[in-house]
Amino acid sequence: MARPLIRHQYDAVIVGAGGAGLMAALEASKGCRVAVVSKLYPTRSHTGAAQGGIGAALSNVEGDKWEWHMFDTVKGGDYLPDQDAVELMCREAVEVVYDLEHMGLPFNRTPDGKIDQRRFGGHTKEFGKAPVRRSCYAADRTGHMILQTLYQQCIKQQVAFFDEFHLLDVLVEGGRCGGIVALCIATGELHLFQAKAVLLATGGFGRMFKVTSNAHTLTGDGCAILFRRGVPLEDMEFFQFHPTGIYKLGILITEGARGEGGVLRNGKGERFMERYAPTLMDLAPRDMISRAVYKEISEGRGINGQDYVHLDLTHLDPQVVEHKLPDITDFVRTYLGLNPIKEPIPVQPTAHYAMGGIPTNLHAQVLDEAGQPIPGLYAAGECACVSVHGANRLGTNSLVDIVVFGRKGGRHIAEHAKQMDLPSLPAQPEARAQEELNRLGSNLGGESAARIRAELQQVMMDHVSVYRLEAGLKEALAAITTLRSRYRKVEVSDRSLRFNTELEEALELGYLLDLAWVTTVAALARTESRGAHSREDFPARDDAQWLKHSLATLRENAVALSSKPVAITRFQPQERKY
Amino acid sequence: MQVRIRIKRFNPERDPAPYWREYAVAAEPSDRVLDVLHTVKWQQDGSLAFRRSCAHGVCGSDAMLINGRNHLACKVLVKELSQPITVEPMRGFAVEKDLIVDMTQFFEKYRAVKPYLIAEEPAPEKERLQSPEDRERYDDTTKCILCGACTTGCPSFWANSKFLGPAAIVQAHRFLFDSRDQGQADRAGVLNDASGVWRCRTIFNCTNACPRGISVTKAIGEVKQWLVRRRRSKSSKTPS
Repeated sequence: MARPLIRHQYDAVIVGAGGAGLMAALEASKGCRVAVVSKLYPTRSHTGAAQGGIGAALSNVEGDKWEWHMFDTVKGGDYLPDQDAVELMCREAVEVVYDLEHMGLPFNRTPDGKIDQRRFGGHTKEFGKAPVRRSCYAADRTGHMILQTLYQQCIKQQVAFFDEFHLLDVLVEGGRCGGIVALCIATGELHLFQAKAVLLATGGFGRMFKVTSNAHTLTGDGCAILFRRGVPLEDMEFFQFHPTGIYKLGILITEGARGEGGVLRNGKGERFMERYAPTLMDLAPRDMISRAVYKEISEGRGINGQDYVHLDLTHLDPQVVEHKLPDITDFVRTYLGLNPIKEPIPVQPTAHYAMGGIPTNLHAQVLDEAGQPIPGLYAAGECACVSVHGANRLGTNSLVDIVVFGRKGGRHIAEHAKQMDLPSLPAQPEARAQEELNRLGSNLGGESAARIRAELQQVMMDHVSVYRLEAGLKEALAAITTLRSRYRKVEVSDRSLRFNTELEEALELGYLLDLAWVTTVAALARTESRGAHSREDFPARDDAQWLKHSLATLRENAVALSSKPVAITRFQPQERKY
Repeated sequence: MQVRIRIKRFNPERDPAPYWREYAVAAEPSDRVLDVLHTVKWQQDGSLAFRRSCAHGVCGSDAMLINGRNHLACKVLVKELSQPITVEPMRGFAVEKDLIVDMTQFFEKYRAVKPYLIAEEPAPEKERLQSPEDRERYDDTTKCILCGACTTGCPSFWANSKFLGPAAIVQAHRFLFDSRDQGQADRAGVLNDASGVWRCRTIFNCTNACPRGISVTKAIGEVKQWLVRRRRSKSSKTPS
């Protein structure tokens, strides 16, 4: 079926309307004509689910320095972050938090009216001596406030929004980007957005795992499409499991709960983190705590021998729980029927955050395999890898990342888009998108996308999650190969144009399959343990061989791996202890 | 357990009129209605259309009428509902397909109240100061996720679709009671208009429907009182 094609021209198109996309749109629209294209209404974006806070060394409640924030981020990332990028992020974090406040963000306040700050995992003073209060927060709904505030500002600035438009293709021709093709979900029409600059802010892809904190819509669309167009993906083997997801559901319980004094307990009632991280204990970084939880469970110390532990808030002042953690209290009451003031919360690690993604430089420009910027193409936020998180992201740093690098990308676009001409496009720029929709929409192979997705999520959970082993990774790779071939026979029963969410889900499954493939290949290749990538068969970090980023490029239907060096400026790699 | 769910279906490309269809699916008592809808979609009828994203009550995508009351499908559990569970689109907006309604009008009204901080003075180098008490004053209305459950549950809105509706008033409240905001004059007109706050008849459906537990009716009442105070102080300043 030939779908109508509607053409648009803008200076810049931002894809995705979470924090990174909206921040980029705000900045870019100061200098040029911008459209934001998003598969959800902007306020539905997953930035809104971030809870605990945004890290910045404001020193509002105790002395802090951006250098300490930088050190914590580098150490937290197991020395894989690029230190030039981390330095920029931690310096600018202070300014962007004030910016957000000026835009109206309702932060919690100290008694003297300043932005209040709380403790968070891995954030310390004096290079690791003790926890520091660095996370600027608004109860346990900081992400919601950031998302709402940025959307409000976009409305004030009259940014053009194309809500519920699903990205189908990014047009990278002759070494530069000239626009995108998207599906209007409401009508089924194709829309071509020709633009001098495209910034992808399409978020993560946690939906490749069975237990995840991620929204159903987090399927890595931008990452997968660029990968198919020959752009490399960086550090895809590093996927963070947050230690405290609600048991079985994966819904996030913020690290802020431990920042306010909550502790983890095993089936014997022990505060087991004392054994794994004697200094920071329950505020150690997420990768370490997730491994500790898995260890406790595998050694029979889960609750009643089962595969979960307890997050205990019962010793906290009920006022703190009700007022500083109201949303998670509500989640626990709604979904578990428990009162967290009186009863411990059953938790297990939940797939949370992709450290890897589209390689970018400090201006959020996308880099090719040779490390050169692709003119007109940008990425920011979770879909990008700049890399500030390295092998393991610290809590609060995703919100810092999206506003800092969303802003950097937006500024670069505003400065450069005006001087450029609109790039020319091939004769039928929508052909590839049209072909993919036709194939999916007319298949009679009888395969179910839902079934393939469920199998993928199970195999990723079993073999590519917190602990990894060569045999398991190989098994996962074989399973993914089979699932990818079955995917070609997926049948979409809904043949209508309007709101064909079945077709959307089939497209999204294709993205997840590709990214799961890359993740597994990269995880199999990295024969060391670093940050969130933990190989039981290679338990030590191996700086001699592996202090480098991985790059995965699609070449002749295979994933070709290469590497690039890590930028080390201030902090030499050390053993990582907390 | 076996769950029976009746869903109001409508695909305007194909169906002359909406119709009811009942499905039987296996579910746990602790499952969300959203899980049941997914089971129907993934195992029985892929064409079933509904919006959803976060699945835990923070993104606001899946507000719908469940057993006659507005809920987020991801925040109401099977065990809380009598069977068959009936699911329909929210009332008062055009149905696009099955449980998906056209939200255009809803967001137009949101925009009409100027839902952004309006501050005249240039910002200081660091943060603007705000006492915890001043911050608390508008805390409740910052929780809004724009799901539409309040507005589409409001009889005054059903009676007159021009009514601004509770959600837009909640957004206005969030700024009117923020000590940093100076947009009172910019917002008073639309709130005081014939389609503004005075159409609210204090029925409390909005408060009951809000999945974020916002005291919506109270917020609307505060906006009404603010308008009255504003009128009084204006008229007292007018020379007689």
